[in-house]
Amino acid sequence: MGLDVLANLLYQFADNMAFLLLAALGLMIILGVIDVINLAHGEFIMLGAYLTALSYNWGHLPLPACAVVSMVGVGLFGLVLERTLIRRFYQDKLGALVATWGVSLILSQGILIVFGPSMAAVPFPQWTLTVGASSFDGYRLMLFGVAVGAVAVLWWLLYHTRIGVQTRAAMQNAEMAACLGIRIRRIYLLTFAAGSALAGLTGALYAPTTTIVPLMGTGFVDVAFITVVVGGGANPIVGALTSAAVLSVISAPLASISGTFIGRIGLLVAALVVIRFLPQGFSGYVRDLQRRRMGAAAAP
Amino acid sequence: MGRGVLDVSNLSAGYGSGSILQGVTLEIGAGEIVAMIGRNGVGKSTLMKAIMGVLPATSGEVAFMGQPITHLSPEQRAAMGIGYVPQGREIFPELTVEENLMMGETINRDKRGTRYDIVYAYFPVLRERRRQLAGTFSGGQQQMLAIGRALVGAPRLLLVDEPSVGIQPTIVLEIGEVLEKINAEEGLTILLVEQNTRLIARLAHRGYAMDKGRIVARLGRDQLTNQDMLVQYLAV
Ligand SMILES: Nc1ncnc2c1ncn2[C@@H]1O[C@H](COP(=O)(O)OP(=O)(O)OP(=O)(O)O)[C@@H](O)[C@H]1O
Ligand SMILES: [Mg+2]
Repeated sequence: MGLDVLANLLYQFADNMAFLLLAALGLMIILGVIDVINLAHGEFIMLGAYLTALSYNWGHLPLPACAVVSMVGVGLFGLVLERTLIRRFYQDKLGALVATWGVSLILSQGILIVFGPSMAAVPFPQWTLTVGASSFDGYRLMLFGVAVGAVAVLWWLLYHTRIGVQTRAAMQNAEMAACLGIRIRRIYLLTFAAGSALAGLTGALYAPTTTIVPLMGTGFVDVAFITVVVGGGANPIVGALTSAAVLSVISAPLASISGTFIGRIGLLVAALVVIRFLPQGFSGYVRDLQRRRMGAAAAP
Repeated sequence: MGRGVLDVSNLSAGYGSGSILQGVTLEIGAGEIVAMIGRNGVGKSTLMKAIMGVLPATSGEVAFMGQPITHLSPEQRAAMGIGYVPQGREIFPELTVEENLMMGETINRDKRGTRYDIVYAYFPVLRERRRQLAGTFSGGQQQMLAIGRALVGAPRLLLVDEPSVGIQPTIVLEIGEVLEKINAEEGLTILLVEQNTRLIARLAHRGYAMDKGRIVARLGRDQLTNQDMLVQYLAV
């Protein structure tokens, strides 16, 4: 009995954390590296879901292949958008907000015009896992695995590849990085494309769990923003993990006792409390701690 | 334009509100160590930034290895072989020492290979502490790291802005030795902004004195070793 409750709580926690991570990761790396808030992030997720629905229902592809189509498709879309529009606004953060907001409107209205108010559903893969007296959705557990895997891949890219280390250098001091011959524009282009591809993946993974409509992005983006704000842009990896974990610990039990709506309210309150005390989010706090320690060590 | 490593002619640049550099002309030949001296705030660092391309020229021209670079970005100038060691060092504090050095690899895209061996030989402390975060370094070690970072990329011209500021005399000595050695052994061309008269006298083959954004004197080797002469250009 006690074990069942614990297993259930863990399952809720994993389900919640996967959702927060997958919703937020793309937004977070774009904010962390380029310092641009992509207000069209939710619509990128929606595009991913549409691409999956189309390739599943029309193209008759298996779901994993649909996810690849969504990732590549939305990633390429992000690549083109950065080249043509977003890079014009790197010196103008307010302009970037307006531009990405405009893109979000065009995307949701455009999809509405082309495909109408809703899309053929993607069936939910029923993999039931029974542990003792409780049973869990295997698909949702897999989502948790994918979310953690995505973080691991990002970490590997940022810490163990040349372009990743260059990206971290550009985050710390873009002007100096440029003076060493590091191609900042290219880093921003690839980052925007990677963030977009992550949004596409999220849309693909959650397509079987929701009704696919032009405004579905909003259901992801509010949670994504809370996660990003609580995590902070100083270090996307640390930020995403700590923020998603802490927020899930708070909202998972609330949601399972009192429903999704109360869970969301809990998220919001938790976010407000964290921001009150850590204005730069968890990763900003970690960075400041580290800087203070380095400052002490660096005294002549 | 001449055939030197660096040719600056009539260069003006500034920060939005007003022009700081008022038509600077200088040239540096291959293998030279040239000192740029002048009081605080006369525009020495501004000149370095304009040569690097961080600040756009409002008029005048910069040529590197005989090619005009006035309209190139800092990235392109670095890729052609200009290594920059800025005032304040600007190391990446949250990268390891090794990762910092790696960031210099993109300098001089025509080089045959990276120069970790030389950098580690000149500054053994960088090898010993290569896994340490650069932000934990003392000022002197950070200065070595900033110089090492530029040297890894095998630059054809090294711009060094006040390497002695805020650093223990023993480390200033060590840095001076390294710059001297690398110039003698590898023929590296160096533009050195300095106010430390001992370092100037030790390193520079010749120099320029700057005041209010202009070059006000060309100094020969004998003038650079004359303390009274230097003090005249450096005193407030
Ligand atoms: N980022 C900036 N924005 C506006 N003005 C600046 C900026 N940096 C420097 N200045 C001004 O430009 C002038 C020249 O500064 P610069 O840093 O080139 O002097 P410097 O000769 O390098 O002095 P120091 O020996 O103190 O380093 C100064 O009057 C300074 O106040
Ligand atoms: Mg200066």
